[in-house]
Amino acid sequence: MGIKERMSGNEAVAYAMKQVNPDVMPAFPITPSTELPQFVANYISNGQMDTEFIPVESEHSSMSAAIGAEAAGARTMTATSSCGLAFMWEVLYVAASNRLPLAMAVVNRALSGPININAEHSDSMGARDSGWLQIYAETNQEAYDNWIQAYRISEHKDVLLPIMICQDGFITSHAVQNIELIEDEKVKAFVGEYKPEHYLLNTNETMAIGPYANGPYCMEAKRAQAQGMINAKQVILDVAAEFASISGRKYGLFEEYFLEDADYALVAIGSACGNIKDAVDELRAKGIKAGLLKVRVFRPFPGEEMAEALRHCKVVAIMDRAESYSSQGGPLGAELMAAMYRAGVTSKAINVIYGLNGRDMTVSMVEDIYAHLAEIDKRGLRSEDHYNYIGLRDKEVR
Amino acid sequence: MSQGLTEIRWHGRGGQGAKTAALLLADVAFSVGKYIQGFPEYGPERMGAPITAFDRISDKEIRVHSNIYEPDYVVVVDETLLHSIDVTAGLSEEGGILINTSKTPGEVRPLLNGYKGKVYTLDARKISMETLGKYFPNMPLLAGIVKVSGVMDTWVFYAEMEKSLKHKFAKKPEVFDGNMLAIRRALEEVV
Repeated sequence: MGIKERMSGNEAVAYAMKQVNPDVMPAFPITPSTELPQFVANYISNGQMDTEFIPVESEHSSMSAAIGAEAAGARTMTATSSCGLAFMWEVLYVAASNRLPLAMAVVNRALSGPININAEHSDSMGARDSGWLQIYAETNQEAYDNWIQAYRISEHKDVLLPIMICQDGFITSHAVQNIELIEDEKVKAFVGEYKPEHYLLNTNETMAIGPYANGPYCMEAKRAQAQGMINAKQVILDVAAEFASISGRKYGLFEEYFLEDADYALVAIGSACGNIKDAVDELRAKGIKAGLLKVRVFRPFPGEEMAEALRHCKVVAIMDRAESYSSQGGPLGAELMAAMYRAGVTSKAINVIYGLNGRDMTVSMVEDIYAHLAEIDKRGLRSEDHYNYIGLRDKEVR
Repeated sequence: MSQGLTEIRWHGRGGQGAKTAALLLADVAFSVGKYIQGFPEYGPERMGAPITAFDRISDKEIRVHSNIYEPDYVVVVDETLLHSIDVTAGLSEEGGILINTSKTPGEVRPLLNGYKGKVYTLDARKISMETLGKYFPNMPLLAGIVKVSGVMDTWVFYAEMEKSLKHKFAKKPEVFDGNMLAIRRALEEVV
């Protein structure tokens, strides 16, 4: 059962790409996702994949070509990071609104500036309203597993939306760790063939993709698109359940780590959750009821479910690896607090910005955050608690 | 040192292969059944800039995704870094530091900011030039740190390297021989 290996996050996703063997990959290189098209190109030249690889001159072109290929009826993928994703902006919306279920590996990296190549979620968080599904990974294993589940979710007839499979740049993309791979034939049977219902190259059904829509129909298209996102939640859970039966690994919309009886909880996305788990273990050993809610799926946003999972917590810190310059905090903080409010959850909640430009959030910093939550529990929330940074060299910020 | 966990930090310059050496160590530790994590930290992407790479080798699953601030061992691939970087920062005094230099441990210790743990040296340049004819300090330093740190039995290490290099250099037997000789000499010559 399973193949024990060691791989970096990029190697792992490239391996999953090889196993899934989509029809087309247009790509333009950008650190730290450059290895993905590189590895795929190697697999193709070694005859291990028969994907049509299209080298293009920019990310705007890679996404445009991906849209064209997917619309034609081909299962399509691409990969990018940071400014590359930003450069796709305009066409991201075209992929989603035309209901094209292509998959993109996003290796999360800071947007400029200062120019920096390290992990941050500002790139994909910036694209959170583009209509793409977004699934995040803590480890190389999760990035691999998420890629294998990607098309089953995006291509589902009730969803039909493009999907981003995200992992943290360098922290997991370039770190070699143990991993368990799934046998080729099991992956192929799980993912299945792509049989689109409507596609451009179908000579029996002439159609237009991406035309101008007049007022009477435009808003209906957007509402239908929103329904795809609403439906995706159940599809993601169903696909995860089926995935567990071939892999033994269970996934949900989010993961709870010692959350059930936690007084103090952190909510976070991505690789930092490993550090938080180590801190939770240390605090639990001291009798402190610390817990973690790890967000796996950010689009659709499982707000109701997460609010419910946090209802019993006394104080919650929502961690954002992205600024949104709202002067109120980051995107996860804003959305989750809104969901908690709507659900009538009365836990005290703060928003903490961490890890920008790859800044390390160490286990001891995480313990400091839990200590801060315990202090808030005692003395109550103050206005300066609401929105904070951790890990700053304080003297150099003004 | 946490139980069953060894943390190693590598200091080198871009292009010298510190990252490759760290990944090779992770690789060989994986092959003997360990949980491993090997990763680089990139600064400015240019040849010659100081870079750091890290290894965690453990009997248990590794979840933490942080740089290593309190390593058990440090390897210095380029001795000119001793003048510009605090290579022993956070280094456990129970552990040690391995430096690629023709000098003796006694000669380099004064450059280590009063570090009191063990200091080891290995002339990886000389070994590399004599066995491979080129400057690839990786292989000797890899062997050196395995011996010094005791993360695995040196003979098990030797046998694993023989297996993996035989596969890697199947079409270049002379490179295979040179690398194995470099490993053997490093295991013998590290002091």
